[in-house]
Amino acid sequence: MNGHAQYVAFKAILVKEVLRFARIWIQTILPPMITTALYFVIFGRLIGSQVGDVHGFQYMEYIVPGLILMTVITNSYANVVSSFYSAKFQHNIEEMLVAPVPNYLILIGFIGGGLARGLAVGVAVTIVALFFTPIPLHSLWVACSVLVLTSILFSLAGFINGIYAKSFDDISVIPTFVLTPLTYLGGVFYSVAMLPPFWQSISLANPILYMVNAFRYGLLGVSDVNLAVAYAAILGFIAGLFGFALHLLNRGYGIRS
Amino acid sequence: MTPALSLHNLTKVYKNGITALHGIDLEVAPGDFFALLGPNGAGKSTTIGIVASLVNKTSGTVQVFGHDIDTDLAAAKACIGLVPQEFNFNIFEPVMEIVVSQAGYYGIPRRLASERAERYLNQLGLWERRHDQARMLSGGMKRRLMIARALVHEPRLLILDEPTAGVDIEIRHSMWSFLTEINAAGTTIILTTHYLEEAERLCRNIAIIDQGRIVENTSMRQLLSRMNAHTLVLDLVRPLDVVPALPGFAVSLTDDHTLEVEVSRDANINTLFAALSAQGIEVGSLRNKTNRLEELFIRLVGGKEEAA
Repeated sequence: MNGHAQYVAFKAILVKEVLRFARIWIQTILPPMITTALYFVIFGRLIGSQVGDVHGFQYMEYIVPGLILMTVITNSYANVVSSFYSAKFQHNIEEMLVAPVPNYLILIGFIGGGLARGLAVGVAVTIVALFFTPIPLHSLWVACSVLVLTSILFSLAGFINGIYAKSFDDISVIPTFVLTPLTYLGGVFYSVAMLPPFWQSISLANPILYMVNAFRYGLLGVSDVNLAVAYAAILGFIAGLFGFALHLLNRGYGIRS
Repeated sequence: MTPALSLHNLTKVYKNGITALHGIDLEVAPGDFFALLGPNGAGKSTTIGIVASLVNKTSGTVQVFGHDIDTDLAAAKACIGLVPQEFNFNIFEPVMEIVVSQAGYYGIPRRLASERAERYLNQLGLWERRHDQARMLSGGMKRRLMIARALVHEPRLLILDEPTAGVDIEIRHSMWSFLTEINAAGTTIILTTHYLEEAERLCRNIAIIDQGRIVENTSMRQLLSRMNAHTLVLDLVRPLDVVPALPGFAVSLTDDHTLEVEVSRDANINTLFAALSAQGIEVGSLRNKTNRLEELFIRLVGGKEEAA
């Protein structure tokens, strides 16, 4: 395939992926908006008023970046894992496998779908947040880059989960038992500075902490971690997961006999 | 002339140790309408899966119009259109979107893809249903949707794995006409089917695969010419109590109104009817007991009744 044909193929996969989640927007876009509104009402307004300021920001303002990023993480992951596994389950992944589209384009196409949903939900949740609190913007570049890179990272993780999944149960195990705990313990609702030293050290092993704090730096200008370390961690994970996902695709793991 | 498909010493051993293909060799000429038949589990779908890159081969070579799938996979894939045995589209996607997306995977721009999709959906009687989700279609329509999808990039080799399974007779006949037109226009077609009448009617050449080995590979005409005898079923006007003696023919009475007569290839049918008339036996109608190819097929695969 020449360059233009590859571009057409990528666009076909991306359009298919975007149409998929857009067709079922009541399942994909609306629920995170409602959930986030509930977080703001319960944690921000009711409990947050008792907490006081964190790093000089009202509690509700402080948790906004974490809530947005948490939504982006879960939706990027969920989009790719469910789309890819469904394609495997219904065998319509074969539509791409029989075509001359290179494996890396299949991967990028699915990641593009995850990114599109992650960003769409991120924007929707940000609009909801603006009904509760003003959102400062310290660095547009940092905020946008962290948002996009994090979405890509978890889209890749979802893709790998989708490759390994052998049943619909398998696509919910990682989000339930790994992703959700890591996200909740990743400093979405608190600053690690509030934790005892031992738990601070433990928290630093959680990669999501770096993403949440880097995004928080983009919006609020405060972070519990070094920004360069956060970028290095995100980019490192992306490179590792991309290579691994492509290796699995090239081997045909779970999709070719 | 470069073959449309060339398999050499193709072997497949699955992880569970089952050998699905024992080093098969096969060539399909360009423009051919080729039947690949065999009992269930014989290795047909494995062979097709390897050619279409859905199954990894263990050893051997596969070339599609001279493009080796080991060294020139993208070019080989571009030549192939596949209609698989099982429905393999997203049932929640609209018909038009399924066909247009498939064209996109071959690098065909959306505008051209839409034009082709309109043409093939019209030809296959699906244009009115283009906005419906695929799950709303009947079984026959789903099969035709897979044919439209396989043709949208205008492949030189169309592989159909039991394309008329579960399709009613009228639709099946219209699909036969459509496939004959596609073949006449230059597309090489490889067909597997349960309906041996279909293979006999459509295909010029045939390979029969059994237990992972090619047991026959010849032209349909040559294969059918090997028939030494075939069985006619005669529906009698009046009942018979005893089996009549018809010199030169093996005769049996299925019931008092039905006579089965084995007719050898060099026998004269007039002789049979003369003998019947001489005994005052009136025949209301007659038919072949089984399809000719079916009789041969059963002999070749060791008496197994299930075909293709």
